[in-house]
Amino acid sequence: MGGERESRALTIEAAVENLTAVNAFVEELLEQMACPMKIQLQIEMAVEEIFVNIASYAYAPKTGAVTIRGAVAEDPLGLELTFEDSGIPYDPLAKADPDVTISLEERDVGGLGIFLVKKIVDDIHYEYEEGKNILTIRKNMV
Amino acid sequence: MEIKKVLNGEKLEIFLSGRLDAVTSQDLDKVVSSSLDGVKELVFDLSDLSYIASAGLRSLLVAQKRMKKQGSMKLCHVNKDVRDVLEMTGFVDFLTIEED
Repeated sequence: MGGERESRALTIEAAVENLTAVNAFVEELLEQMACPMKIQLQIEMAVEEIFVNIASYAYAPKTGAVTIRGAVAEDPLGLELTFEDSGIPYDPLAKADPDVTISLEERDVGGLGIFLVKKIVDDIHYEYEEGKNILTIRKNMV
Repeated sequence: MEIKKVLNGEKLEIFLSGRLDAVTSQDLDKVVSSSLDGVKELVFDLSDLSYIASAGLRSLLVAQKRMKKQGSMKLCHVNKDVRDVLEMTGFVDFLTIEED
């Protein structure tokens, strides 16, 4: 690779039905790297939760586009993914984590998606810039 | 994802294979809301389930809440990756998981 960092992007309508296309994009990105199965599943899950969140809330009740950019990161080897949408400003990291110790009766799964993402990834940050929500995650290969 | 149902009297077994994600969990929700009348024992066989996301957890939660009122529910043959997600989210605390 010699410092050459390949970056790829997918712009797609933020709709839950497009999850399959998003998964295909991520699989393609991961083909470039020797990614352990467990880490691949975790990346797929992080991507799904973030994409579904954007699809459900960013433009509701209308719809809009999301751009996902992926690049192989080095030192340590990992995958960096950026999600950009032009929906309502929303910082998913500002929300308190759900209480995962409460009983069945009180359970609802709101907020569980982002909670899982935070547990799985090695780094996550959010910015709102020029009318865009920009969420970046990094997952290391080791 | 494939959903296979086997009804035996008041016992319903649901075999899930593939990925339980935000798209396929909608199919499971339909099965759960239309198949549980009169069911006292619900078993999810997850032998061939390779992946579960939060939407899938919600489907299991809905099923568990309903079965708590009318009988019992358990999961069996849960693989390591799926179990990790159940553990991270505390779902292991209120779901019955049969050990292999």
